[in-house]
Amino acid sequence: MAMTATYGHAHADPHHLGRAIEHPGPAPKRIVTAYGFWVFLLSDIVMFSCFFAAYAVLVGQTADGPKGSEIFEQRNVAIETVCLLLSSFTCGMASIAADVRNRLWFYLGMAVTCLLGLIFLSIEFREFADLVSRGYGPSRSAFLTAFFSLVGCHGLHVTAGVLWLLTMMAQVFAKGFRADILRRMMCFALFWHALDIIWVAVFSVVYLLGSGV
Amino acid sequence: MSDLTHHPVQHDLAPGEEEIHSVGERIVGYVVGLGLALLLTATSFFIAGTNLVWQPSIPIAIIVLAIAQMGVHLVFFLHITTGPDNTNNVLALAFGLLIVFLVVGGSVWIMSHLNENMPAMDQIMRMQ
Repeated sequence: MAMTATYGHAHADPHHLGRAIEHPGPAPKRIVTAYGFWVFLLSDIVMFSCFFAAYAVLVGQTADGPKGSEIFEQRNVAIETVCLLLSSFTCGMASIAADVRNRLWFYLGMAVTCLLGLIFLSIEFREFADLVSRGYGPSRSAFLTAFFSLVGCHGLHVTAGVLWLLTMMAQVFAKGFRADILRRMMCFALFWHALDIIWVAVFSVVYLLGSGV
Repeated sequence: MSDLTHHPVQHDLAPGEEEIHSVGERIVGYVVGLGLALLLTATSFFIAGTNLVWQPSIPIAIIVLAIAQMGVHLVFFLHITTGPDNTNNVLALAFGLLIVFLVVGGSVWIMSHLNENMPAMDQIMRMQ
């Protein structure tokens, strides 16, 4: 194929030189929406970085309470991690299904994502309840305050994500794969994948590094 | 503003959007991402509890593995690429990461110095 045939194509003209005269106009709404949500997610990650900084500073301040190595159970954390990873994968499958407008696979992918999210939440809730019942609640030491606020904040995000997920299933059920519903689905997928990225940092910094301290 | 027709040739890619549109290739992308992520996770958990490696290297290994896994997630799940139609997404991400490193690195750095240079709490109490 001759170069002139593809001239003006975005990939043949990466710096938009050929389109300098003819401006393409405003970007489609799905790009604007997803980009705006991307900026929100990055600001959310910045907020999480504050919790991570607090945890890193306070990890040694146990006030004669338990250290991380005494309260963390690696087996539970491994199960939680696998749950979130698989849910990220099934969420990807659901967004592919939404793009090709396949209801069956969309519902299936979302349902499995929801189930894995709920398993993650129940393990985390039991861990928290167990710690509080042993007297190791967030008020025990600065380390535990930082631990509960960081991991709990991620857990709250996952809870919000599960609610959003159920809303998306209901909206697709009621309204079908309309353009606005697909935009929301796109934002949801971004949100869910971002939560998984934050969890990678949580299990590495809090649970794996924390149990060595 | 057209919603239904979207022209990848006219505009940049939205965050999370893929350049390829065939379902099979997209599924393969997610499968590869999942495999790599599981491998990296398993390695981190293994490294954290093993006696096989030099102990002081373990924290650094865990951090490197975590950063690698975040990269895998960004590439295979969020589809961030170095392509020209992804520049806006990458620049926003780069700015976010700058703030993250300033906040975390700055806090850890300053607080560890304060910890070293300040007398312990009971000594301050005795001075008063």
